[in-house]
Amino acid sequence: MQNTQALMTYKEAITQAQKEEMERDQSVILIGEDLTLHGNTELIDTFDKKRLRSTPVSENSLTGMGVGAAMSGLRPIVDLTVASFVYLASDPIINQAAKQRYMTGGQTQVPIVFRIWMYYDDTGNGAQHTDRPYAMFMNSPGLKIIVPSTASDMKGLLKSAIRDNDPVLIFEDLKLWDDKELVFNDPNFLIPIGKADIKRPGSDLTLVSIGACLNIALSAAEKLDIEGISVEVIDPRTLVPMDRDAILSSIAKTGRLVIVENAHRTNGASAEIAAFVSDQGFHNLKAPIQRITTPDIHIPACAQLEKQLYPTEGDILRIIRGLIQKTGRF
Amino acid sequence: MKLTIEKRLEMYRKMVTIRYFEEAVKHEEIMGHLCIGQEATHVGACMPLKHTDLITAYHRSHGHSIAKGAPLRGLMAELMGKTTGCCKGRGGTLHLIDKASGILATSAIVGGGIPLALGAGLSMDNRRTDHVSVCFFGDGASNQGTFHESINMAALWKLPVIFFCDNNRYSMSTSLKNAAGQTDVAMHARGYNIPGIIVDGQDVEAVYKVTYNAVQRARKGHGPTLIEAKTYRFEEHSMGMEVPMPYRSQDEIQRYKSFCDPIALYKTFLLSHFTDEKSLSKIEREEKKAINDAVNFSKKSDYPPLKSVSEHMHSDPLVELSFSREML
Repeated sequence: MQNTQALMTYKEAITQAQKEEMERDQSVILIGEDLTLHGNTELIDTFDKKRLRSTPVSENSLTGMGVGAAMSGLRPIVDLTVASFVYLASDPIINQAAKQRYMTGGQTQVPIVFRIWMYYDDTGNGAQHTDRPYAMFMNSPGLKIIVPSTASDMKGLLKSAIRDNDPVLIFEDLKLWDDKELVFNDPNFLIPIGKADIKRPGSDLTLVSIGACLNIALSAAEKLDIEGISVEVIDPRTLVPMDRDAILSSIAKTGRLVIVENAHRTNGASAEIAAFVSDQGFHNLKAPIQRITTPDIHIPACAQLEKQLYPTEGDILRIIRGLIQKTGRF
Repeated sequence: MKLTIEKRLEMYRKMVTIRYFEEAVKHEEIMGHLCIGQEATHVGACMPLKHTDLITAYHRSHGHSIAKGAPLRGLMAELMGKTTGCCKGRGGTLHLIDKASGILATSAIVGGGIPLALGAGLSMDNRRTDHVSVCFFGDGASNQGTFHESINMAALWKLPVIFFCDNNRYSMSTSLKNAAGQTDVAMHARGYNIPGIIVDGQDVEAVYKVTYNAVQRARKGHGPTLIEAKTYRFEEHSMGMEVPMPYRSQDEIQRYKSFCDPIALYKTFLLSHFTDEKSLSKIEREEKKAINDAVNFSKKSDYPPLKSVSEHMHSDPLVELSFSREML
């Protein structure tokens, strides 16, 4: 394996992962609307146009088309762009991609990746552009769901997703597009789906951070460290199948759990994590589980108002300090 | 293209197989969506296809599966929910898939199979094969967005997809004249700049000829065709479905049964020009026997055990296990 690394942004990692996989395997193709606009120009310059289908505005059928192609010899990547548009595609994702293997008794495989971007912070785009709906798809069996938070995780996970023989939804955080990191150049550098990552080890409290919350989670953990509170930051990276053992092992060590995500509160990924930890890790808990989320309120177009709805570093500091104060350090 | 006597007898055989199969389903009172009356449409359309050509269908797919060559034992066992079924009891009447015969998928979501067929066409085009993708759908599906979106894309890229509408005039209880301003589904082809052809769905040779031409067109890279076969289903939408308010008259059903039975019509045609009663009776006996064998086989087969219920959820058995650990 090549050990050389390159400094790469999250966005470049997406292009690089797709390019490497398209070079490696002729059956990998990219389907989506406005491919030239959305960071795929390098791919358009490199590969045959039949492998890069820029489609009409037909989310339902372009997604179903990808599923049908996956069932008949190709390995499509379907770029659905803005997460709020995924609802139009949700029937072929849930009723076809997720179910065809099972309904056919294993005769069919659906090796497909659905790429979905999440906007948040101060976009000014309003409610129909700012959803983070991964939790809705978590409830549909038969799908794998990944939420990479760094350039390196993005590259390794997207490549694994493309090589996976099951349908994978990858939720990308646009806020992270310019975040740089050293990433392995090896074209076989893969990160396994279903494995969490301890982004910062600690011993007093487990902070599970989903997607772009990683930056505020790590900066909060640094500040708390100075105050003598040792926070272990875990990035699940995969929401389905979730690495429950990693989270439960951490709870066994720390006894306290806070989960932070940018999605709306009800039935979020944080709710699922809270549920299985209280079910399987209750005997280790010293304090109630806390979730820091966006409230169940639509995102207004006013950017100044919008950014106040999302979790902040201040929220994490406040919740953790409060938890430690109420329940004691030990 | 020329129909030899062998091909003709094969078509008759297949139509009769479908009819006996459906009658057995009725007799055994298994949940099913029967296609009695539509045999000529399904057989005529599948006859020009090779096993490498892929079809997608919909909730009423017993006829398509048999016409495409799926083994009868696997189909009947699947309807009974047995582990020996073609989908190991997981698909049932709505998903009678036999991959080896080239049945790609069926969709219980009306119109859901149409983009899948489009995708198969895309795959064939990308891999530069001369295979074709035939998309079967009903008149009801012609009002779904997926119908229009998919034809548009197939036409745009000249994909080898044949859009084949089994227009049996009713979508459950809704007649097409109460659902669409345009009751000739093939006319939609004009909007997408592709050929649209209407054919008598009760005439198996007419269906064969029209489909054959569309298949050749697609194989040569000339793109999609929309075919509409006017047909009729003699039974209710699904087995045991209650109809509190009749949506079609008994008179109408009886007229179709008496004058438009595709098997009776073809039998008359074959007897007048090509063969004798003895040959056709032999075919009928053989297929009756094959159906009885399929029924007996299915009855003797076991149901899948509970511990196997999570199998085929994922490509990786370990992942399957991690999902089912809370259940087991």
